[in-house]
Amino acid sequence: MHKIIAKASLSPQIIRLDVAAVRIARIRQPGQFVIVHRGGDAERIPLTIADADAEAGTITLVIQVAGQSTCELAALNPGEAIANIAGPLGHPTELIAAGRALCIGGGVGVAVVHPIAQGLKRRGVTVSSIIGGRTREAIIFEPELRRLGEVIVCTDDGSYGRRGFVTDAARDALAAGGIDIVYAVGPVPMMRAVANLTRPLGVRTIVSLNPIMVDGTGMCGGCRVSVGGQTRFACVDGPEFDGHAVDFEQLMDRLTTYRDFEQRALAACQEGDCKLGRR
Amino acid sequence: MPAQAPEVRRANFAEVNLGLPERIALLEAERCLLCKDPKCVAGCPVGINIPRFIQLLTEGKLPEAAHCLLNDNPLPAVTGRVCPQETQCELECIRGYKGLPVAIGHLERFLGDWARGHAQRPALEAAPPTGKQVGIVGAGPGGLTAAGELARLGHQVTVFEALHKPGGVLVYGIPEFRLPKQIVREEVARLERAGVKILCNTVIGRTYTLAELRARFDAVFIANGAGLPVFMNIPGENLKGVYSANEYLTRANLMGARRSARAGTPILTGRRVATIGGGNVALDAVRTAKRLGAESATIVYRRTRKEMPARAEEVLHAEEEGIQFEFLAAPVAIQGDARNWVTGLQCVRMELGEPDASGRARPRAIPGSEFLVPCEVVIVAIGTRANPLLAGTCPELKLDSRGGIAVDEQGMTNLPGVFAGGDIVRGAATVILAMGDGKRAARAIHEYLRRPVSPARAPAERITP
Ligand SMILES: Cc1cc2nc3c(=O)[nH]c(=O)nc-3n(C[C@H](O)[C@H](O)[C@H](O)COP(=O)(O)OP(=O)(O)OC[C@H]3O[C@@H](n4cnc5c(N)ncnc54)[C@H](O)[C@@H]3O)c2cc1C
Ligand code: SF4
Ligand code: FES
Repeated sequence: MHKIIAKASLSPQIIRLDVAAVRIARIRQPGQFVIVHRGGDAERIPLTIADADAEAGTITLVIQVAGQSTCELAALNPGEAIANIAGPLGHPTELIAAGRALCIGGGVGVAVVHPIAQGLKRRGVTVSSIIGGRTREAIIFEPELRRLGEVIVCTDDGSYGRRGFVTDAARDALAAGGIDIVYAVGPVPMMRAVANLTRPLGVRTIVSLNPIMVDGTGMCGGCRVSVGGQTRFACVDGPEFDGHAVDFEQLMDRLTTYRDFEQRALAACQEGDCKLGRR
Repeated sequence: MPAQAPEVRRANFAEVNLGLPERIALLEAERCLLCKDPKCVAGCPVGINIPRFIQLLTEGKLPEAAHCLLNDNPLPAVTGRVCPQETQCELECIRGYKGLPVAIGHLERFLGDWARGHAQRPALEAAPPTGKQVGIVGAGPGGLTAAGELARLGHQVTVFEALHKPGGVLVYGIPEFRLPKQIVREEVARLERAGVKILCNTVIGRTYTLAELRARFDAVFIANGAGLPVFMNIPGENLKGVYSANEYLTRANLMGARRSARAGTPILTGRRVATIGGGNVALDAVRTAKRLGAESATIVYRRTRKEMPARAEEVLHAEEEGIQFEFLAAPVAIQGDARNWVTGLQCVRMELGEPDASGRARPRAIPGSEFLVPCEVVIVAIGTRANPLLAGTCPELKLDSRGGIAVDEQGMTNLPGVFAGGDIVRGAATVILAMGDGKRAARAIHEYLRRPVSPARAPAERITP
């Protein structure tokens, strides 16, 4: 059992949970994730470890309500618990040792970018971040990232920061030159757009993929993605891959496999007894 | 063996076989000739003393019979249901030379179930505590058997399991209709009462490394199974509607997809489901598909019924349930619509040629014989390989050419004090072989730990996931 220690609402649809997980808090590295299973009939879902406090023995999970499972997790309150958390899973991020890194995050992907930026900063790498969301409310982890370096905020509707997509800001940043590596995490179209931007420039680009997972240990193959024409299991071979080699179309397509189910379940869940924030 | 009627059971997940009534079991036991040189025992991969427990059964001494059986095999209620008896003990049974062999599997199951239901189930005597600690990786039949044996020998045992429930393939792979999960839960509870600690959600290679386990335990047993699904590398395998059998069965069994209205795990059901393969895994998947409502559920297998490696009873049950079979057919591509949903499985007809290394006829494609099996879901059940997760984080562990863990006759790896067994050593094999390995490793670990000088161990740090 993993007790919820703290809960905060980062935006109307994004919840932050600090959860007790002593071992994982101590050893997790940037880029790694956990498989969370609330208990009972719940689904097993992968969630990135957005932050951790080794001393307090807690990890931070950032949850965007997108289906029944995330809806139910987001409804948990401090004092309640998550039955099963396995991890840390996946390979840690390949962090460069020196130089300049550009970290690009979209939506809830900013939560994944945060530990990467932290890891880079700790190594003495110069970090700048571009983060985006649809509106001002959707921008998360801005203060945390500001502590690590320069941050450019973009919103689709211009309600905060620069109006437009993160790729527009990224184009400008890349044009200025001097960037050794790009880390991009967010919705698949965003990662694809960033990869397309950096490919002709020859700037190495790491993306973190979010396919559907079940076990997270390489046992089911449900998380398979095509990278450089080869089938890889994101949970054990990834989740981060060379963005220039990933077949994003296939990933996007496979992510829609259960869309009908998810939308029905989400509707039922939001109407039912687990409405966001209460039981 | 009495069973649920096919037209009833193909719509439910309750166990197909209903078990022998005591009267019938005793009559069947009477058929045993109690051979002096019992061939059945030679046919049993773990050498269970079959005529002995059958004799006790005929004498009506059920507690003694159960005790005798449990002494050789801690999970008779499991193996009585899933062992391929027709290629093991029952194949060798003298009675089978003329007429039917003794139904050893059914008797084993009968006694296993009897012991479950009776508090008189005799506890196996346990040795006094030795103060030694053993860590086990994987809570499948191999790991659980080793845990039970080691606990009985007086060692303190901790089992690390990656998933949120112990049992391995017994819980995530083999469906309820063949092996009720209650049996696994009871065995796990029994082990916990005997002092075995089981830590779920703990992935060795990630949560802890093998090196850490070696530092904290006097010995380690690895039984992490052969969980890596193999795909065919044919076009269309990444279309929506293509599953590995592991994924399909895990969703249905472990995660309970569709078991209740609240089940959070989705599964694509499909009006027509094609399953590729001829083993137990393929049959479990296709019969699950039928139970989840498929109008047609088809096995596509490149050889014939005779060569199917599945248990004979499962093939029979599948036929009774209306599963269709495309024998002598091999998939060449999976077809999809404009939105990348599966629409069919393109196959080619095969014919059987010369026997291959395994002695089975080698199938050959007949040119120009392509045909389509229309379907919405394709399940790939052509085998599994060693999962590289653990070995990948421990380069000093010696592997064999297939990526499995290499062991000596004692079941020890190249690392002193680290033993391995079950599917990770043998490749996808059987429950009873994994259990046999667990038992052998437990004995070998016991010997290893009794050596005068034990290797130095770091002061025990608390292990919590
Ligand atoms: C669908 C299906 C049907 C089958 N039917 C039959 C049958 O009828 N009869 C028969 O005899 N055999 C059958 N088999 C084969 C049989 O189940 C296996 O041979 C047997 O389970 C192997 O046991 P094991 O203990 O070696 O591994 P497993 O049962 O695979 O257990 C391994 C365990 O280790 C865990 N694990 C893996 N990696 C790690 C890690 N890094 N850290 C911690 N834990 C880890 C896994 O989660 C799993 O729980 C079937 C297999 C399948 C898939
Ligand atoms: S071979 Fe058959 S008849 Fe002989 S002891 Fe074994 S089960 Fe009985
Ligand atoms: S989630 Fe099952 S193999 Fe990756």
